[in-house]
Amino acid sequence: MEPIDINLLQQEIDERANKQVYVHLETTNGAYASHFNKDSYNVGAFIRNAKVQYERGKVVGAESTYRVGLKLEIGWIYAEGVNKYEINENGSLLMAGHDREGRLMVALQISETPFHY
Amino acid sequence: MSEHVVVIYPHPDDEAFGASGTITTFREKDIPVTYLCGTLGEMGRNMGNPTFATRETLPEIRKQELIKACEVLDVKLEMLGYRDKTLEFESREEVAKHLNSYLQEIKPSLVITHYPGYAVHPDHDAFGAAAIRAVEMMPEEERPAVWAQAISNDHLEVLGQPQVQNDVTSVFRKKFASILAHKSQADGMLSKVRNEEEDIELAAQTWLGRESFYIWDFE
Repeated sequence: MEPIDINLLQQEIDERANKQVYVHLETTNGAYASHFNKDSYNVGAFIRNAKVQYERGKVVGAESTYRVGLKLEIGWIYAEGVNKYEINENGSLLMAGHDREGRLMVALQISETPFHY
Repeated sequence: MSEHVVVIYPHPDDEAFGASGTITTFREKDIPVTYLCGTLGEMGRNMGNPTFATRETLPEIRKQELIKACEVLDVKLEMLGYRDKTLEFESREEVAKHLNSYLQEIKPSLVITHYPGYAVHPDHDAFGAAAIRAVEMMPEEERPAVWAQAISNDHLEVLGQPQVQNDVTSVFRKKFASILAHKSQADGMLSKVRNEEEDIELAAQTWLGRESFYIWDFE
């Protein structure tokens, strides 16, 4: 994955607007958070292959982290903290935010074909 | 009954961090070991450090790492095809039947798995419970021994001392090699140790030099 170039990423988001797409959205602090630190909580959520269509998508932010919002007909999809992106060999747009140790904290992925697994 | 050990854990690398020293001592005695690995760790957070995996490439990367680790340990590998993080939502009875079909075939003398309720990760707890149920489905006289591994911070307090405590420092080279085979996962964890210690292998040995198990009581 590459550090986000906001203009290039915005183009990729625009290209996938007003089409039926599959979304993977995820955030996690790991299954061991409260094991290693009793004052913290295990928190995470993911949705894989949500079939949606967004009329407008926008990336906002600067330097290290970005927010992405997708406006749906009757709702929103939102991710905060993404800092890298790539277009994979299936043409899917992958966005993710990693911590200093390379661990994934948040992911938002948009694909015109369903994600595997 | 000839000796054969079956290791049942949900994630690629559970075997390396948790039981590779014990596995090595069995293999040194020429006892066959089969690893039934539940998932491909598809939802792992570690993407390498620096990152080289994505959410989409991680399953295949971890699959190759798992195959390599099993070559290092010289164990037979079966990948069961469940999805990471979802094991606790499957039917325990169905997962147990699936595991039982392997046990019927292999007829192991020993099963190593996680101690349900004391294994921290929900997949560990769920797969450990299914593994124990799978053994329970066998006629009493055919049941292998079960060694259950507890990880939770409170396990000594609640369960007491584990009956099996293997000092694996003499085979640590092998254990370390099996951990390193899981590069995407080991990078992050070992760099943490590296920041604090000069000799990373020695530090890891102190941290991972003992493998402990409770002998499951079916009564």
